[in-house]
Amino acid sequence: MDFELPEEVAAFRDTVRKFAAERIRPHSRQWDRDQTLPDELVTELGQLGLMGLLTPEEYGGSKHPEHGYLLNAVVMEELARQDGGVALLVAAHNGLCLSHLNLAGSEEQKKKYLPKLASGEWVGAWGLTEPASGSDAAALETRAVRDGDGWRLTGHKMFITNGARARVYVVMAKTEPEKGPKGISAFIVEREDEGFVVGAKEDKLGIRASDTVPLDLDNVYCGPEDLVGEYNKGYADALRVLERGRIGIGALSLGLARGCLEESIAYANGRIAFGKPIAAQQAIQFMLADMATELEASRLLVWDAARSLDLGEDARQKASIAKLFASEMATRAGLKAIQIHGGYGYTKDMPVERYMRDAKLCEIGEGSSEVQRILIARHLLEAK
Amino acid sequence: MDFRFTDDQLAMRDVVRDFCNEEIAPKAAWRDETHSFEDDLIAKLGSLGLFGTYVPEAYGGSGQDYITYVMTVEELSRACGATGILVSAHHSLCVDPILHFGTEEQKHKYLPKLSSGEWIGCFSLTEPGSGSDAGAARCTAKETGEGWVINGTKNFVTNGREAHVIVLFAVTDPTSKHRMSAFIVEKDTPGCTLGKLETKLGIKASSTAELIFENCVVPHDALLGERGRGLNVALATLDGGRIGVAAQAVGISQAALDFAVDYANTRVQFNQPIGRFQAIQWKLADMATNLAAARTLMYRAAWLKQNKQPYGPEAAMAKLFASEMSNRVTDAAIQVYGGYGYCADYPAERLMRDARITELYEGTSEIQRLVIARKLTQEPAWAAR
Ligand SMILES: Cc1cc2nc3c(=O)[nH]c(=O)nc-3n(C[C@H](O)[C@H](O)[C@H](O)COP(=O)(O)OP(=O)(O)OC[C@H]3O[C@@H](n4cnc5c(N)ncnc54)[C@H](O)[C@@H]3O)c2cc1C
Ligand SMILES: Cc1cc2nc3c(=O)[nH]c(=O)nc-3n(C[C@H](O)[C@H](O)[C@H](O)COP(=O)(O)OP(=O)(O)OC[C@H]3O[C@@H](n4cnc5c(N)ncnc54)[C@H](O)[C@@H]3O)c2cc1C
Repeated sequence: MDFELPEEVAAFRDTVRKFAAERIRPHSRQWDRDQTLPDELVTELGQLGLMGLLTPEEYGGSKHPEHGYLLNAVVMEELARQDGGVALLVAAHNGLCLSHLNLAGSEEQKKKYLPKLASGEWVGAWGLTEPASGSDAAALETRAVRDGDGWRLTGHKMFITNGARARVYVVMAKTEPEKGPKGISAFIVEREDEGFVVGAKEDKLGIRASDTVPLDLDNVYCGPEDLVGEYNKGYADALRVLERGRIGIGALSLGLARGCLEESIAYANGRIAFGKPIAAQQAIQFMLADMATELEASRLLVWDAARSLDLGEDARQKASIAKLFASEMATRAGLKAIQIHGGYGYTKDMPVERYMRDAKLCEIGEGSSEVQRILIARHLLEAK
Repeated sequence: MDFRFTDDQLAMRDVVRDFCNEEIAPKAAWRDETHSFEDDLIAKLGSLGLFGTYVPEAYGGSGQDYITYVMTVEELSRACGATGILVSAHHSLCVDPILHFGTEEQKHKYLPKLSSGEWIGCFSLTEPGSGSDAGAARCTAKETGEGWVINGTKNFVTNGREAHVIVLFAVTDPTSKHRMSAFIVEKDTPGCTLGKLETKLGIKASSTAELIFENCVVPHDALLGERGRGLNVALATLDGGRIGVAAQAVGISQAALDFAVDYANTRVQFNQPIGRFQAIQWKLADMATNLAAARTLMYRAAWLKQNKQPYGPEAAMAKLFASEMSNRVTDAAIQVYGGYGYCADYPAERLMRDARITELYEGTSEIQRLVIARKLTQEPAWAAR
């Protein structure tokens, strides 16, 4: 065993921590209110190498592929420490869109798309969810009907992160509906494709700097070169993407919870009531102790799962456990942080109410807490 | 960064698991019922080297690393919580302070026999009037020409019945800020008697004893560490002990999960195994998730200790989370078992009773929270890692 972060990962973490404090923190409140992020920020994220974290160097990605998921986890924590929306932009880009292309894409697709995506010049999105199918994703209704060598896609996608600014979308559609999950394939759709319409942003509780949009596909043509992975293997690949991606959501939860903890310690040390800092009261101390303990446990679970993936192990159970525990932990941390800040915690002058709103998403996206519990229990019961 | 056991650690785990399956688990209910350990238990544990797991070979130990030790406590506790604390209290609370604070002579005198299990060790800090507030102890040790004369009553001493070697804390300088000192006392010293044995909710086979000292004279060189530094010895020792208690809690909880999963697969109601109901699945998933969280905290603290890095607050986190987790998990196991969970024919109720102690000894949950909060408020940067 060895619980020390590799040196290069720790060094990169420090760089991102500094960047987030300087470039993200001062604007988070405004981005949350306005539901936007400036394009320059995405350019800077790209320059830092954050848009290609899970992509091999040969396609313009990470210089430390052996630490891909660990590095990703550390970056997620640092970005979310200041802004969950920025972190989700990066998470969906790397962990869903690019991850699917890396996992299943052809050599031509990788060469064509990955370098520009990994540099941050293009942003990627990933569309599985539909208005009537979320947890039960295999029930999706978007159709891909044969047209010569290619397909025509028609249907609606829902809750697509980065949909408003993306250039490249990986979209799941039914190629043979009668085959159920085994009749689903993945396709690349580009923003300018005819018949493809990006809808209006959802007005959300949290993660507001990250855009979430519906997509309409009306007879959008995809050629054979746009099929990602094998025909009818799109759902299986999507599940593999999610198994990996959800560690990123776990890591994002860490950052939000750390924000809650750090802000709460500072506030508790400075706020005087009854003649002494509220940090001198056991009631406050106990909340801090519980936040820190659960955060540390979550971090270790996330890093353990990330290390397993980097080693090529089957990390499904670990990833579900990490995501479930970390996301629920972050919401609890958010509620405690507001409590410690008292009335000020309930206002937008303090960032903790935002962290709490952001944290709630982590319990829903990339497999809700309920879906994680189903997966974990199935693994336990079937292992016997 | 690597969360895996080494091959050596895995090999040792296999040895301990086999031993537990054959010798420890089958008699766990009997130990609970009779409030005793079978006569040959200590000899068997000793023959596997489990009383000196991380004692260097030069002192007669097995010379393994600290993580291996913690893993053995986890495995033993999974089979029997009382056996787990027998081994954990011996190592963490007696062997460890002698290793860290003992003189070469003390180490050579005590560690070989402690490591073989010929002698069992215990730790005596608590008194009837001082538990969490250990610094308020009243038992005294006066220096005289013959040596130290000890007077007072100690209680709640784990392994007090089995032990030969006592790491004892007594007041040497009542008016000084550094009023307490640590001693190594052999139980057969005249003036030292074994008092009442507690009847308890759980870990019933583990002895919890009163020790009475009446003009008990020990030699000058019985002092462990420097005079006046007793509280430091005690607190440093308890930091390590907390990792052992976390391991006990994790082991007990793993047993609860194992039994609950088996039962969920086999118990049929409404024509299906109860494991098909989400209500049951949720319990199992939460048990496994919280168990994983506790285990990783525990091994991180163990790794820090093994690598001689500061680990006090991390050990407190591991102990706090693992002990509270074990209470939730064993309670959930009873619920999965339904009415059978409440009956002694099944292990769930014993596991719950055994788990309860982990929130109390070696610092209550409240004390752990104070330790963690102090670190956070005094050193906010620590929170960010
Ligand atoms: C901000 C945001 C960003 C998102 N980004 C993307 C994205 O980029 N790409 C994408 O494809 N999707 C995305 N999603 C969609 C997200 O993955 C889904 O919202 C999620 O999977 C849940 O699906 P649903 O909302 O349809 O809820 P439902 O599936 O309708 O679930 C409703 C409730 O029922 C529970 N439930 C459902 N089935 C079961 C069951 N079998 N047993 C017990 N409980 C059950 C759920 O846990 C939940 O509590 C995003 C969502 C949000 C809010
Ligand atoms: C089975 C068993 C085995 C034991 N083994 C040993 C052993 O081997 N050696 C040994 O020396 N001792 C041993 N102990 C003693 C154990 O460590 C103490 O019981 C424990 O430290 C608590 O002390 P107490 O029981 O006096 O409770 P008290 O200290 O009286 O505490 C009572 C309650 O008040 C809370 N409390 C106390 N102070 C504070 C505070 N400042 N802030 C907030 N809450 C507080 C406590 O958390 C607890 O909930 C054992 C105890 C048991 C039951």
